[in-house]
Amino acid sequence: MTGIYAENSEGIFKKSVLEAASYASQISTDGVTAICIGSPNDGEADKLAKYGITKLIIVEGLTAFDAQNYGKAIAASLTGIKTLIMANTYEGKALAPRIAVLMNASLATNVVALPDTSNGFVVKRGVFSGKGFAHVQLSRDNKIVAITPNSIELKENQVSIAVEKATVSEAGNLTKITASNKAAGKIPLTEAEIVVSAGRGMKGPENWGMVEELASLLGAATACSKPVSDMEWRPHSEHVGQTGITIKPNLYIAIGISGAIQHLAGVSSSKVIVVINKDPEAPFFKAADYGIVGDAFEVLPQLIAAAKAAQN
Amino acid sequence: MSVVPDTTTKITFTDNNTKFNTAGVQFIINPYDELSLTKALEITEKAGGSVTVATVGLAEADAVIRKALAIGANDAIRINANPSDGQFVAEQLAAIAQQGGYDMVLTGRESIDYNGGQVCGLLGALLNWPSVNVCTKMDVIDGKAHFERDIDGGRETIEAVLPVVASAQKDLCEPRIPNMKGIMAARTKPLTVVEPIAVDGFGQYNGFENPIAKQAVKLFDAQNAAQLIDALKNEAKII
Ligand SMILES: Cc1cc2nc3c(=O)[nH]c(=O)nc-3n(C[C@H](O)[C@H](O)[C@H](O)COP(=O)(O)OP(=O)(O)OC[C@H]3O[C@@H](n4cnc5c(N)ncnc54)[C@H](O)[C@@H]3O)c2cc1C
Repeated sequence: MTGIYAENSEGIFKKSVLEAASYASQISTDGVTAICIGSPNDGEADKLAKYGITKLIIVEGLTAFDAQNYGKAIAASLTGIKTLIMANTYEGKALAPRIAVLMNASLATNVVALPDTSNGFVVKRGVFSGKGFAHVQLSRDNKIVAITPNSIELKENQVSIAVEKATVSEAGNLTKITASNKAAGKIPLTEAEIVVSAGRGMKGPENWGMVEELASLLGAATACSKPVSDMEWRPHSEHVGQTGITIKPNLYIAIGISGAIQHLAGVSSSKVIVVINKDPEAPFFKAADYGIVGDAFEVLPQLIAAAKAAQN
Repeated sequence: MSVVPDTTTKITFTDNNTKFNTAGVQFIINPYDELSLTKALEITEKAGGSVTVATVGLAEADAVIRKALAIGANDAIRINANPSDGQFVAEQLAAIAQQGGYDMVLTGRESIDYNGGQVCGLLGALLNWPSVNVCTKMDVIDGKAHFERDIDGGRETIEAVLPVVASAQKDLCEPRIPNMKGIMAARTKPLTVVEPIAVDGFGQYNGFENPIAKQAVKLFDAQNAAQLIDALKNEAKII
């Protein structure tokens, strides 16, 4: 049996959960069970059914996220499940290792493709911070595969879904969340399909209006290079690269970023890369699909106007 | 603490793409582990205690471990084994942590070579301690740990009872650089080598590949930037 952990984001199953469902339903021959913690909103179970989930177990009784208790509750619901697929989000990264120990499983994180099962169970995972891939044989009977968001194509497979509830008792949490701060209404960078990113070439934080306007026209999230977040022109959560976030959007637009190897490490798996830089020798052009050699302050207003026109 | 190739390393593979090519590669302390080491020093300077560095690695890791001692760790333990995967490493570290009477085990968010991001949570589960990952702040006040950590789309603050495992995210602190006095002191600090415990295999790396090289970039004229939007819409079909 194959299962997925369906991360419950304020009642909603995000795209990364549907990717896990698509992955699981393509490797399973006997249905897929999803486990989520806390009740999802109305209609969310049907979303899972569209991607091949035959059973949803809703675990109740946990009041706040605690990796230890969540891990135990998920592991306890895995009866019969040998392979568990989940999204490699921050929550997934907190939970996958804890569940792996409890189910005595081989664990692969950062997985970017469906497994090769012609000889065992071999997954392809990103290594060396975007500079390589490895093929890893998972040898234990039980397996956990945590997939990088935006790596697996959604694949519809409409089935009917049975919903069950399970209740666990919350054993004294050893951690306590004292405050939580989510940027409301913004697309999280790791889930964004389009990212507009800018670097030191933008000169100062006061010039980010254009970057944000282009991003909002394209339905994109915004990102930045390391010096930009170090200088606090932009929040640290936008910093991409080797020591920041690794992202894999369909489209990455880099404005005024030189393309240092450490920056590329976090973005080079983007499907299409666009570079706008006034220096024709900027190393980023070597990693780009499309480019404009020019001053961002002249190019951006044209792109904004063209994006507006393209919407109409 | 993990020993990794320097961030500027060009990654290539040898032996028919089954091994990482270490020829000419400079090894460093994993940048996230450098943060957790610095934070451990800051915490013990305030709250008391000492800092032990534990690394799973072969003898060539010693030079990098000495650097951690030069930065300020009190002592070091090297588990004499090839760090073949995150699960193997976590089992070894858990065995060390169980012996030691430690209040906190700090790791990096991930190693920048194998990017597993597993060790913090694995250690938590193996030791049955709470684990808090991707922390941007860590502190110990009155015997309780306080963290700020990244969550999907935001941040939260968390309190935890000790002992606890936590992993360092960028922004946690400025990594310390060893000074001359530290480098001298590091030479005589204890570095104990222990043999690994036996662990059943989890998996095996069959082979590696580099990302597919890009075709030459298609350039548009800066006076005619609108053409780019047109190409993204009608040629690449991604907007
Ligand atoms: C251990 C380590 C880890 C690191 N990790 C990261 C990381 O995770 N992420 C990261 O980003 N960096 C990282 N770096 C830093 C990296 O090496 C670079 O210094 C950094 O990426 C440069 O940022 P930048 O491109 O914004 O700035 P710069 O290198 O200063 O480049 C600015 C670019 O803007 C262009 N420009 C200037 N004005 C204009 C204009 N008007 N219009 C158009 N273009 C213009 C310039 O031609 C130049 O190419 C790391 C470094 C180290 C040593």
